[in-house]
Amino acid sequence: MAEAALRTAPLDKARALQWLQKYGVYAGVALLLVVNIAITPHFLSAENFRTQAVQVAPVIIVALGMALVIGTEGVDLSVGAVMALAASVTALYLGYGLVPALLVVAVFAAAVGLANGALVALVGVQPIVATLALMVGGRGVALVLLPQLQDLRNPQLASLGSGDVLGIPYLILIAAGLALLVAFVVRRTTFGRQLLAIGDSRPAAQLAGLPVRRVLILVYVICALLAAVAGVLATARLQASDPTSLGNLMELSAITAVVVGGTPLTGGRVNIAGTVAGAVLIQLLTATLIKHDLPPSWTQIAQAVVIVAAVYAARGRGKR
Amino acid sequence: MAPPAEVLAVRGLSKSFPGVRALDDVDLTLHPGEVHALIGENGAGKSTLIKLLTGVYRPDAGDIVFQGDKVSFATPLEAQKAGISTIYQEVNLIPLLSVARNLFLGREPRNRFGLLDSARMNREAEQALGAYGVRVDVRRPLRALGVGAQQMVALARAVASEARIVIMDEPTSSLEPREVETLFSVIRRLRDEGIAVVYVSHRLDELYAVCDTVTVLRDGRRVHHGRLADLDRLSLVSTMLGRELGEVRREGLTKFTGGHHATDSRPVLEARGLTVPHTLHEVSVSIRPGEVVGLGGLLGSGRTETAKAVSGALPTSSGSITVAGIPLRGGSTPAAIRAGISLLPEDRKSEGIVPGLSVRENISLAVLPRLSRFGLVSEARVDSIVDTFVERLRIKASSPRQKVGELSGGNQQKVLLARWLAMNPKVLLLDEPTRGIDVGAKAEVQKLVDELAADGLGVLLISSDLEELIEGSDRVVVLKDGAVVGELTGDEVTEDKLMRTIAGHSPDGDAVEEAATDG
Amino acid sequence: MTVTKTQAPVSVDDGRRPAGDGPVGPARSERLTALVQQHGALAVLVIVSLVATFSFDSFATGDNVSNMATSSAFLAIVALGMTFVIITGGIDLSVGSLFALGGVLAAWGSRHGTLVALLLPLVVCGAIGVVNGLLVARSRLAPFIVTLAAMLGARGLMLAITDEGADTYLIGKGSFLAELGQGSTLGLGNPVWIMLALFVAGAVVLRRTRFGQHVYAVGGNEDAAALMGAPVARTKILVYTLSGVLAGLAGALNAAWLASGVTILGNGMELEAISAVVIGGTLLTGGLGHVSGSLVGVLLLKVIQNVINQIGSLDSSYQQVVSGAFLAVVVVAQTWLGRRRQLL
Repeated sequence: MAEAALRTAPLDKARALQWLQKYGVYAGVALLLVVNIAITPHFLSAENFRTQAVQVAPVIIVALGMALVIGTEGVDLSVGAVMALAASVTALYLGYGLVPALLVVAVFAAAVGLANGALVALVGVQPIVATLALMVGGRGVALVLLPQLQDLRNPQLASLGSGDVLGIPYLILIAAGLALLVAFVVRRTTFGRQLLAIGDSRPAAQLAGLPVRRVLILVYVICALLAAVAGVLATARLQASDPTSLGNLMELSAITAVVVGGTPLTGGRVNIAGTVAGAVLIQLLTATLIKHDLPPSWTQIAQAVVIVAAVYAARGRGKR
Repeated sequence: MAPPAEVLAVRGLSKSFPGVRALDDVDLTLHPGEVHALIGENGAGKSTLIKLLTGVYRPDAGDIVFQGDKVSFATPLEAQKAGISTIYQEVNLIPLLSVARNLFLGREPRNRFGLLDSARMNREAEQALGAYGVRVDVRRPLRALGVGAQQMVALARAVASEARIVIMDEPTSSLEPREVETLFSVIRRLRDEGIAVVYVSHRLDELYAVCDTVTVLRDGRRVHHGRLADLDRLSLVSTMLGRELGEVRREGLTKFTGGHHATDSRPVLEARGLTVPHTLHEVSVSIRPGEVVGLGGLLGSGRTETAKAVSGALPTSSGSITVAGIPLRGGSTPAAIRAGISLLPEDRKSEGIVPGLSVRENISLAVLPRLSRFGLVSEARVDSIVDTFVERLRIKASSPRQKVGELSGGNQQKVLLARWLAMNPKVLLLDEPTRGIDVGAKAEVQKLVDELAADGLGVLLISSDLEELIEGSDRVVVLKDGAVVGELTGDEVTEDKLMRTIAGHSPDGDAVEEAATDG
Repeated sequence: MTVTKTQAPVSVDDGRRPAGDGPVGPARSERLTALVQQHGALAVLVIVSLVATFSFDSFATGDNVSNMATSSAFLAIVALGMTFVIITGGIDLSVGSLFALGGVLAAWGSRHGTLVALLLPLVVCGAIGVVNGLLVARSRLAPFIVTLAAMLGARGLMLAITDEGADTYLIGKGSFLAELGQGSTLGLGNPVWIMLALFVAGAVVLRRTRFGQHVYAVGGNEDAAALMGAPVARTKILVYTLSGVLAGLAGALNAAWLASGVTILGNGMELEAISAVVIGGTLLTGGLGHVSGSLVGVLLLKVIQNVINQIGSLDSSYQQVVSGAFLAVVVVAQTWLGRRRQLL
């Protein structure tokens, strides 16, 4: 419609900003790749790509769940604790075989997700506060179950962590598969549409008769389950359960990936491809700094700047 | 009496928003000690005028002369500091802070160490409120008080900060009768102290009880001003609604064909004795298939609340609702929707559309579970539904993928209608379906309502547009202060009759008729 | 992020009382609610302490109490700043990193004299607090994400000045700084006295100054506060600055106590501080709370920690479980009490 086109025709500056918000993360990834290929020795090797991808896989998996939660205008700070919990539970139940252990992990994760979801959807606690309680308590439970690092010698688990198909590590395949699955859920299922509607306008969703509470609870359960998957995979890669440090600051990495990837904190939109790219961007940035012998402290400061820049750029996008 | 020098003189104030001329060349004069009623229906420009006076908006044209000086306030705070205070319907204070601290925020009495003197503050707060007949423990948090008492605190705060003008925006809409009395005595006190009051309300009784002068706005223009006593109720209502008495259009400008297909069949919706504390009192409405029932009444008379109560969005304390003879559990939107009730909410932007989602997703939002198998959306079925309604309702969008937030108001409204029609409802509750949409779209929506009724739907129509209400409805239930005060059927469905019912209590209307001829 | 308080699409307000006509005293249930909100933590603290005293011989000894008090002091100072932030409806996740940074800066600066050792952490951490405040108040970014980034940035900065954590700066014995951290007066460690003085000052500022009123007003209803003339942005910037300064000070005192700037400290301290503040009855949605509650919250956490340590068989990670559970219970109770209060 001419009328509509006229109204949405933006100023050049606004258009540039829009472009940046939409494609900035991909441009950033491309830029870092080009720069690294040019200046970093041995960057362009299969081995290096494999290492980078294996490192970023758990972050991507956690970020997928985080993207869904942020899509409902929420946030989940307990993902790191759930990873630790998954590591402890895996260690405790691995004696019964990998599959039973994974089932128990799923039960624990679902319980955390249910608790988060119930606090948010039924009691009406702010998401950041509700998930804070489990961020504190969840790691505590993980440590109570398994007070210190424990080596795990289970061939199945080991192959999950380091095996591959046609040279592609399981970790990458699983992360890619989950990303496709979550993207599918967002785009093609009733649940996905309802989630976005709730995040965009809760009053409208409520008046349209949507099962707001059910959807919210389910979102937190899915987020916790994905974090548990990431926890198991990270444990498998380490071949050790490390509830003390596994998943520390993971909530931050995941939120960064989601926000950098163009999903607004105000909800109503979920960008899965962008989230994956966001995680890759942070990973590449870290790798670049490390490969040029810049200390880890620089990485942290750089990451902090990227987060603030991304949130700042996203200001005013989304609703209102 | 010789009027003292005016405290406020507004000349030729105008303000436009994209597509709307919200205020057009409006004058307003206030004298010290004058209680001035500012009235008008939705969109008449009252709130725009208030926002211009209090520094929320800047005028496009015109002057505001306050106490002899031309002023231009940048913020409400500036206006307030200069002496123009506003008491909002929703009290704008800090609910968790104590009454006394609210009263004194920003000008707390301090001792010689520069620290707040709580004892003195509490004492003075008690005195200040006591002067208004409010005796409460001022150390309690504000929110522990009733709304009426909270408003008194807001008032006391305004007066204490040396307001010369106090603007009250529907102050009584959530007050008990006794609280209203207290408020009135305060207003009279303000008058005696030489403070000018601008009083916005839709309750005619109140206006006549407390106001000296009146300004009536309609469509952004001042259509009447003068002493309130010179204007009887019926004339006031007709001025407000823009209808001359005795003038009944036979051929209206609306697209309603009139005369529907209401059959003698049993009601599809029967609501009995709906009561919502402080909001609705025993409201009963029944709608038969193919019938359009109008809900008449002024703003704040309980029209929207009735629709919300029926649709389960507003919990009722008593009353019953049956849909096609089957009782409905109240207070649940999903249950109401399942039973076949659909509500097009008044606040389209915040309660209706999901602005960030596409036309397609908005239309399919409610019906989605029915178009899905195992939670997977059948895109083909969604497309077919969306295509059907985009065509049938003539929704104009660049594509079904366009965001609804980018559409015009009329098309947004059609998208919402499509959302509900896709559900095959039995009853449609339309709350101001044509508000804020352009003339062409308005006619289309009106025609649609006709067609839907012809198809056998029961329709409840709420509209501030009198013409639309009269010509669109087969029957009009008139509400006032949350209760049904009359019902117009058949030949009674006229603007004249409606205005008389709104204006007065008398069912026969003789008394008001006399008054009308006098005026 | 928009903060959604307890939401209902349409709310019915039954909670009205007639204005005027005689003093309306607080209803009993309202008083009870307020009592639980404000002093619930204190009651639990007393009960836990009594039970511990009778159960463990080594609990109520002078040494143990003095140790508990000193180790509480650092967290309490951090929680004091956090209380101000939370009352404005915000949150500060950077305090743990600022605590560590403050400690390292103090130890590093101690080579240049006590004044530098004390001022440096306050200035640097305060500056980071100012940046937090500016981003929250002026750029209107969500507090949690801003301070999360600051948490990362501050930790990075700390690692940068310690050669990635490899260098540990020591504080010389016998210096004024060491005395400040390690000495004791009247049987209580100096940090405890400093903490108590800060709490008294904090209570006075919060209850008896205009700034304090603004803190409550901003958290209670930001729009109304602005309309009532409260400087909203300035208040927010100030509370984040205060939180940064206090976290830095706590870190510096802690370093003085330990005689070195330990880089691994402060992890998760933001969570402890938030837990203590919330357990102490401060509403996370803002507008309600008191510093004394936060002190009680800190003491409660530390006493529980001590009890867990006394029970030899329990691992110290039970502490986190208990904190998390406490936090959940308190938050749920607050939400419910809040709703009830609105209905009163």
